[in-house]
Amino acid sequence: MNYIGEHLLPGQLGNFFIILSLVASLVATFAYFNSARSSIENDALQWKKLARYAFVIETISVFSVFIILFYIIYNHLFEYHYAWKHSSLSLEFKYMLACFWEGQEGSFLLWSFWHCVLGLILINTSKKWEAPVMTVISFAQFCLATMIAGLYFFGWRLGSNPFELLRNSGVLDNAPALHINFDTTQALRPDYMASITDGNDLNPLLQNYWMVIHPPVLFMGFASTIVPFAFVIAGLWKKNFGEWTKPALPWALFSGAVLGVGIMMGAAWAYESLTFGGYWAWDPVENASLVPWMVMIAGIHTLLIYKSTGHSLRATHLFFILSFSLILYSTFLTRSGILGDSSVHAFTDLGMNWQLLAFLFVFVIPSLLFFISSYKQIPAVKKEEDPSSREFWMFIGSLVFFLSAIVIISKTSLPVVNKIFGTKIAAPADPEFSYNGIQVYVSIIIGLLTAVSQYLKYKETSGKFFWKKILLPTLASFVIAALILAFGNIDYNKQGVLFQGSICLAIACSVYAVIANAAYIWLGVKGSLKLSGGSIAHVGFGMVLLGILISSSKKEILSYNTSGIAMNFGQESKEKTGENLTLVKGLQSDMGKYWVTYESDSAHPKKQLWFYNIRFKRKDGKEEFVLKPNAFVNYKGNEGLMANPASKHYWDHDVFTYITSLPNPEKQKDTTTFQTTRLNTGDSLFYSNGFVIVEGLNENDSVPKDIFGDNGKLYEASLKIYSKTGSIYTVVPKLAFAKENFLAIPDTITAEGLVLQLEKVNADKSIELGTKESSAVLQYVTLKAYKFPFINLLWLGVIITATGIIISMVRRIRLNKMA
Amino acid sequence: MKKIHIILLVLIAASIAVLISFLKTATTYDTIETAMSKPGKFVHVIAKLDHNQPIEYDAVNNPNYLSFTAVDSLGKSVKVVYRNAKPDNLESSERLVLQGSYKENHFECKTIMMKCPSKYKDDMKAAEKNIQSAVDNKQY
Repeated sequence: MNYIGEHLLPGQLGNFFIILSLVASLVATFAYFNSARSSIENDALQWKKLARYAFVIETISVFSVFIILFYIIYNHLFEYHYAWKHSSLSLEFKYMLACFWEGQEGSFLLWSFWHCVLGLILINTSKKWEAPVMTVISFAQFCLATMIAGLYFFGWRLGSNPFELLRNSGVLDNAPALHINFDTTQALRPDYMASITDGNDLNPLLQNYWMVIHPPVLFMGFASTIVPFAFVIAGLWKKNFGEWTKPALPWALFSGAVLGVGIMMGAAWAYESLTFGGYWAWDPVENASLVPWMVMIAGIHTLLIYKSTGHSLRATHLFFILSFSLILYSTFLTRSGILGDSSVHAFTDLGMNWQLLAFLFVFVIPSLLFFISSYKQIPAVKKEEDPSSREFWMFIGSLVFFLSAIVIISKTSLPVVNKIFGTKIAAPADPEFSYNGIQVYVSIIIGLLTAVSQYLKYKETSGKFFWKKILLPTLASFVIAALILAFGNIDYNKQGVLFQGSICLAIACSVYAVIANAAYIWLGVKGSLKLSGGSIAHVGFGMVLLGILISSSKKEILSYNTSGIAMNFGQESKEKTGENLTLVKGLQSDMGKYWVTYESDSAHPKKQLWFYNIRFKRKDGKEEFVLKPNAFVNYKGNEGLMANPASKHYWDHDVFTYITSLPNPEKQKDTTTFQTTRLNTGDSLFYSNGFVIVEGLNENDSVPKDIFGDNGKLYEASLKIYSKTGSIYTVVPKLAFAKENFLAIPDTITAEGLVLQLEKVNADKSIELGTKESSAVLQYVTLKAYKFPFINLLWLGVIITATGIIISMVRRIRLNKMA
Repeated sequence: MKKIHIILLVLIAASIAVLISFLKTATTYDTIETAMSKPGKFVHVIAKLDHNQPIEYDAVNNPNYLSFTAVDSLGKSVKVVYRNAKPDNLESSERLVLQGSYKENHFECKTIMMKCPSKYKDDMKAAEKNIQSAVDNKQY
């Protein structure tokens, strides 16, 4: 059947390029494999030539698939499931990329794209290593190509195809209106496309600039971990054990910098735009990307040890193999749906679990077996490391870092354990502390080692030399750390004295790491920027540690419920007041150091996005500012609220707030009725939150006749309301007598939830006043507010670390070129 | 034995000790029935919101008190108290992971994780709605 309004060409082209990339990557793998294996020089060269062609075709295919899929999204071709599911007509251009990699298929493509880019660079730079290294990468490309192939083999589906048509995806199968004769067993109507007017749109929480930039960087980091891995395999394969470390080092550094920045961009996103209440929650998805990075960093350090002393080559092999393996493992964790009950933001199951597992095992098992079987052949130095040597402590540091990573990933793997053994183990009651309580010791050790290791020399260090150099930075750190601890009020005692003490010690050690490494730039390398990459990276890393420790332990909840509205905490009055605070529009509330007022709201011109203006006024009167947290309300028929926080940045802390609840006008129908009371001028009337005084009654005869008729009158009762909170309001409910009919014009005090209506004026000038108390008239927001101190130290630290690593990388590339 | 090997062993032993102690603090996934049989014990319960029972939440009166009824796949139900703001997509969630412990007559919930028919999944209902409304519009 021919359907009207479909554009099938892009999909056909796309599928052609998917198949082409599948074939080309397979050819590239095979040809590179033969080239690497061949001992005849000319054969090897011929194979290599073929392989290069194949890889270039592979690259063109992947880029084409990328462009075609983007074309489909850009042109809103909703006959394609991917475009329909992830985008919509109203989606802004900048989010078209975001929705491109919202789905699994697009993110696999992104990964594949970076492999192509890295592969092209490797072809041009890796010389004799090209064939074996590119064999590994081409094979990985083949595996990634299968992920988006969408082919069927004997009932097994291989991959999920991004060019699947909406009508084949199953979504329309149960929509009778789209089928001939409204019968779902019949075929689709030929003009079904006329009904598909818009797509499902991008999840509003992902409509954020971080979603545009974070995934590309993170996936570049993911993709880059394969390079050191491929060099390890190449070394094992060619039985050329140490030499690969030279070209691999800059790549490992590159990977460490990019992956690290990618992860922290995710953290910044979580902090700035999501309502997780922080930048890191030890969520399985976060851990899964952190752990490969930690292992990569451990590998970089053991590699540096090897280059200077010949030690630790075996460990380097293991670390680089595991770093890439953990990337594959995290791919499995986050994409298989296995984390469903333990993570707030994993992908859901696409029914590709066996394929993801195969992807993991096809790399991990052979590479580990290869490593174990060659273990004895990998050269190792017999002589023991001297405890006064740099390599001794660097190795211990790497080991601690590595083991800490293993502990984290083991804890994260609980759902996998449950799956394998059928157990029902769940995370501890306080999952964050179960991580923090251990990692704080890791940060003490790492902070200390980061501080002192650079002052040690390789092989061995004389005590005199060491103490002479390190004395000054140690004293300086001691003083500064003491000042911070004395005046910084590090009083985080929720988890007991031991944990508080550990935090203090960890803070001291990270201060030491910052100062000692900063000092080393002058004391050690005499201010040479070229040589100080390592020190700069370590300064940054120390700042990251310090930022994490202070911001987490000094995080304050500002919105502890202190408002006059909600003092009833139910039966259990010992219950600590909650973290949420309700602000009634126009009413000033007490929030710690601030008076806060929900002043007004405004809507986004195009989207169902609302901005709430919350004014913060310091009680000491020194400062006033307005924060505008926003929220998507009932976005595109999805009932509910999706909030984005707002924060006020200071150099030393952030004030951070987001909306947690809003009144739902649908559910809060005004059901209460007016109660009528007869009152004279000067009388008072009590309501639940105060009292009303009748100040006077004004009768107005001179009203426009064309509206009111001949005997028209307008009564105005002026009332004063004294609220318990101390506020005084004046309201004037009106009663019109127009064209022989009475018409009441009630007046409302939103903040008090009070509606007043003048119902009747009696002959004796007494009035009958209707009062109604209803929360439905209240406009309010419920929000949370936090104070994060020294969060900027963390972000700055990340930037400095990455800069330091890049400086080192550039230096290593230069050194390799000279050699 | 080299010093570094001794340190290696010590560190590995420490890591194993950490993991074992982690398992000791670990909790379990329970049904409502088993959670009720061990009051005070922190558990994870996978359940659904019982739409037939009222959801009690009044942000004006107390923004930090939510109470609703959860029912698990075995049909057992329990009153849940959550002393925090009401998660806004509670009603539309298809599954809840409740973390907390049973106390006297209710489940005192510390954390609620909602599993919604999210955008990542095929949002069949929303899709249907979209399509239906599109069709309706056309018929006018």
